[in-house]
This record gives sequence, C-alpha cells and structure tokens, in this order.
Amino acid sequence: MAGVQVANVSRSFGAHKALDNVSIDFADGGFYALLGPSGSGKTTLLRQIAGFDFPDAGRIAIGGESVERVPVEKRRIGMVFQNYALFPNMSVADNVAFGLSVRGEAKATIATEVQRALDLVQLGKLGGRKPHQLSGGQRQRVALARAIVTKPRVLLLDEPLGALDKALRVDMQIELKRIQREIGITTIFVTHDQEEALTMSDRIGILRDGRLVQEGPPEEIYDRPQSEFAATFLGDANIFRGNATGTGIRLPDGTTIAASTGASVPAGVKASCAVRPERIRISTSAAKPDPADANTLTGQVSKRIFAGNNSTYFVERDGQTLKVIVQNTGAERLAEGQSVVLSWSPDSTVLIA
Amino acid sequence: MADQRAIGSRRGLRPALPLLLPAYLWLTVAIFLPLSAMVFFSFMTDLPLAGKEWAFTLGNYAAFFSQSLYSTLLFASLRLGLEVTLWCIVIGYPAAYVLAKVLKGRSREAIFLLVILPFWSNGLVRIFSWAMVLREGGILDTALNAVLPFKINIDLMYSYPAVIIGLVHSYVPYMVLTCYLTLQAIDDSLIEAGRSLGASRRQVLWRVIIPLSMPGLIAGAALIFVPVVGSFMEPRILGGRTGTFYGTVIEDQFVAVFNWPLGAALSFILLAVVLIILALAAPVLRRAA
Repeated sequence: MAGVQVANVSRSFGAHKALDNVSIDFADGGFYALLGPSGSGKTTLLRQIAGFDFPDAGRIAIGGESVERVPVEKRRIGMVFQNYALFPNMSVADNVAFGLSVRGEAKATIATEVQRALDLVQLGKLGGRKPHQLSGGQRQRVALARAIVTKPRVLLLDEPLGALDKALRVDMQIELKRIQREIGITTIFVTHDQEEALTMSDRIGILRDGRLVQEGPPEEIYDRPQSEFAATFLGDANIFRGNATGTGIRLPDGTTIAASTGASVPAGVKASCAVRPERIRISTSAAKPDPADANTLTGQVSKRIFAGNNSTYFVERDGQTLKVIVQNTGAERLAEGQSVVLSWSPDSTVLIA
Repeated sequence: MADQRAIGSRRGLRPALPLLLPAYLWLTVAIFLPLSAMVFFSFMTDLPLAGKEWAFTLGNYAAFFSQSLYSTLLFASLRLGLEVTLWCIVIGYPAAYVLAKVLKGRSREAIFLLVILPFWSNGLVRIFSWAMVLREGGILDTALNAVLPFKINIDLMYSYPAVIIGLVHSYVPYMVLTCYLTLQAIDDSLIEAGRSLGASRRQVLWRVIIPLSMPGLIAGAALIFVPVVGSFMEPRILGGRTGTFYGTVIEDQFVAVFNWPLGAALSFILLAVVLIILALAAPVLRRAA
C-alpha cells in the first residue's frame, strides 16, 4: 500500500491540453474520486498514474518513489477497466491468476491466492466459468478480484460501474467500498456520476478542461464550493451574480444577499453566491418561517415537480429561475402561478470569488 | 445465436430458399458436376474420346501406391506447404499486428493497399517478375553487387528457395488479411489489462494476443497450406528441374501426357490426404482457437 503524489503534471495531445498543471496528493489507504464531465482530463490523469501514458511535465510518485517514466507493468498497480477487459479465452480463475502467473509464482500459491480473491468478491464457486457466462455484475467482481490479487500498491478504477444498471450499481458501490476497507488499499476512482463520487469517496477531485477545480472531502466541496462550476457540477445550486459588499453581494436590482461562508471578496468586486435548493424555505406569507433567515426574495412558482419524498419548485424572480426542494412533510403544496417568499440563512450561502 | 435458430425453426427453410438457390445451383453446375466427372474418369483406363476403348479400373489409384515416386513427391509437396505456411506466418503476422494495432487512419489504408496489391496483379506476371529478380545477372544479383564491395553470385533461379519465395509472395496476403481481422477485433483494453497486471509486452503477446488471434492464424494457414500443396505454376516456372512436385505431376497428366484418369486419381488422393491432415489437426486446432 502506498500513497500517490501527483505534482504539476501536464499532458498535451497536439494542441489540446488534456492535463494542465495538476497536483493532487492521494493519501495512503484513501478512497478518491476524480470527478468531471467528459473531456475534463480525469481518465488522462488516471492513465498517467497507471503508466499507460507518460506526462509531458511534472512528477508522479507511488509510495514516495518517482514513477513518471516507469512503464505500467513495473508500477505494481491494479486497474479495473470500464468494459472490465476480462480475457475472453481464459476461465475466471485463469483471469484472476494471470497477474500472479506472469510473475512466476508457484502453482500452489496461485491457487490459494486466486481462491481467496474470488471469495473476497463472493464468486468463490465460479472459478471454472468463462467470462461470457457471467452477468455484468459478476464480470465486474472478477475484474476487481484480478486487480487486487497481486497486492498492488494502488487500485485504479476507470468508471467501473458505468456499464451496470442502476440497482446493480448501488449494490456494487457498497460492495466496492466494503472490499476497499477490508484490504485498505489506496483507491482512485474515475467517474462522471456525482452521486457515486459523493457516496463512495473520502475525497473528491473535480476536474474541468484539464485543470483541478477543487479537491477535498465530499461534504466540504458540497457545502463550500469554490467556483460556480464546482457548485453546479457536484449537486444542484442557485447562483446569484452581483458585486461584493463585504458581507455578501448586491444584485443588479439592489437586493442584497448575505453570505457567511466561502471566499472573502473585497467590496465592489464582481462575485457570486451559491445556495443549495434544499436550504431555501418557501412560504406564501411575508412572515419568515425562521427569524435567522436574513435572506428573502419574492417570486412566483412557475412549475412543480413531485418526486414522492420531495417536490422541486421552480420559482421565477427577476428573469431568473430558482430551484427550491421541499421535503414532503404533508404540508400544503403550492400551486403553479402562486406568489411566494423564499428565505434562507447566510450560513447556507456560499460566496464565490 | 439462440434467437436466430428459433426464427429459423419457426419459419422453416422455405423463405430462405430463393436466397440460397442461386449459389447452390452455381456450385452444382460449376463444381459438383465437373468434379463428379473427374471422379468417374479416375476409375477409367482411358478417356472416352475419339471412340477409344475404355473400361473401369482401380489401376490409377494403384499406380500411386506401386510407384514410390508419387508418395515421395507428395511428401515433398506437403513439406513445401508447411514451409510456405510457416514463412507466411513469420512474415504476415507481424505485418497484420502493425496494421491492426499500431497504424491508424490514412497510413493504415496505404499499407493495407500494398498488402493486397498482389491479389490485383496477374499470377503469371508476378511469377515471371520474380524470375527476373532471382536469376543470375538479374535484378537482385546486380543490385547486391553494386552495393557490396566484394563479388557475390546470386543465382536463386531454378532452386527450392525460389519456389518458396514465389509461393510466399503469392500467399502471404491471405495470412495478413485473416490475422488482421482477428487482431483488430481484440480490444486494446485487454492488452492494457495484461500490462497493468505486470506482464511484459512479450508476455502479453504470448498469453493474450496470440491465443486470441489463433482463429485468424488457423484460417490463414488452411487457406495457404491446401493450395500450396497442389501448386504447380510457381514450382514449374521458378523451380525448373528442382521444381518437380506433386502438383506439377498432376498438371503433366492433364496437359502433357494427356493421361486424365491418372491425373484425376492423383488429385483425389491429394484431396483425401489433405482432408485427413485437417481432420487429425482439428481437435488440436479447436482447443487452440
């Protein structure tokens, strides 16, 4: 086991900068998600760490040892591919045994290690099957067993759950997390699914256009996004744009919004505020439901989407559509067209430079 | 697969008949009938032409077993087939690999065209152009002597290597094409997976790529081995006196000696031997594929 340090790594393909001066420290034993839209460089970064491709500049270290020019087969990593990449000509057991067998391990050792790995992913009885006889979830588990049986220093996962259907994906998320905890391996996980990143990882790195936008624990990124992109890519957010006042921002129409978290921006400079839809309270009377809610706005409900345990209201206000999520507590539901008052606390408002 | 079979059994063969008929009609007229005539000839004492007397006989087949020349030549031809097939693998497989896995886009198309060019040129022209290259004072001889400081004498013409060179040239595209198709179907992530598990490039080649491309190697080998064993044009033109093989003897029976019955019998013996070899190899090949 080992941590991974990525320092000032850049990689271009022709004129396209796939990675632009990216630095991340992956601590030993942690579970990291690299999150970003397609083309953000997250897979390129994973391939640099794996050693399929070498960076143009920068340093990559695994367990403190520089590896940026070491080919993949010498890096002692385990990788799970998006399409699983199981060898179709080999049985499940032979697939898992491959990494041990190319190292020239003794047959008896290989057999016990393979069985242990298959037991860990709960496929102990399917060693004799061929990959095409397995379901998608089972193939996923074989790919995982194959990647960890060699006791790699770091486990790399390239959108491993992307090909599974939703219910199976949730099962595999829990399973993957359990296995990762059990063997305590540093895990780096590429995904474009923000929910997956939030539920599974200890830390998230958000990438956009080859740059690291923000990195930290899921709660921190969700509660204190440092950019409009981070705020809207990880979860949903209402964004207000205006000029900083020192305690918040002033919107173009003169309304002020108080913010007590986020960046400190000198007064007068252009800035924005992000508010999560579930932090906003919606009511029909002018009286605030909570006196601590310093921020109030009025608007009109334009649309309501009922989703069982909650409802999403779209509220029109000065040409902007705001999103408000209300838990289904049995209270009266608001009709489309109704005038409403929105209120929320400055603590729920993040100032973004 | 299962779905297709289900559809087939429900609707029967009848709707497919109009699609199958032209091909089978053609095969019957163009191959089955002439071949049947040949089987018939192979049991005759002489051709029933110009009112000649003829009778049924097994003598043509007996000739193969009574004269050791024929079996010696058959072995020589089988060895030739094996050698040409091996050279086609050695030359064709790496080329197919580069085409399928290394080159992309335009350069792949261009190189591909060069590979299939032999198909588009006339076989005789191809062989005679080799004759010009290989003979003493020919293109190869002159070129090497122009470059090398010492005098060497390249006279490959009318030799066993010349026959091999000509045949490999004619048949290597089959190996490139069949191997290209299977190699190109191998997902690159399988190669990456192998390397991520600690396998060197050589180990990935032997344990992942070659096993997965085995169907292409086998198909290419079968496409090359069978016609090379019966080949006569390259051995005759490039081999000269050393170019006497089973195929040239059969050709002689048809065009020179005019002993069609013996030629036909020798052909069918060759067919039987090739089928036996393929049948014996089938279990091994199936496991490999």
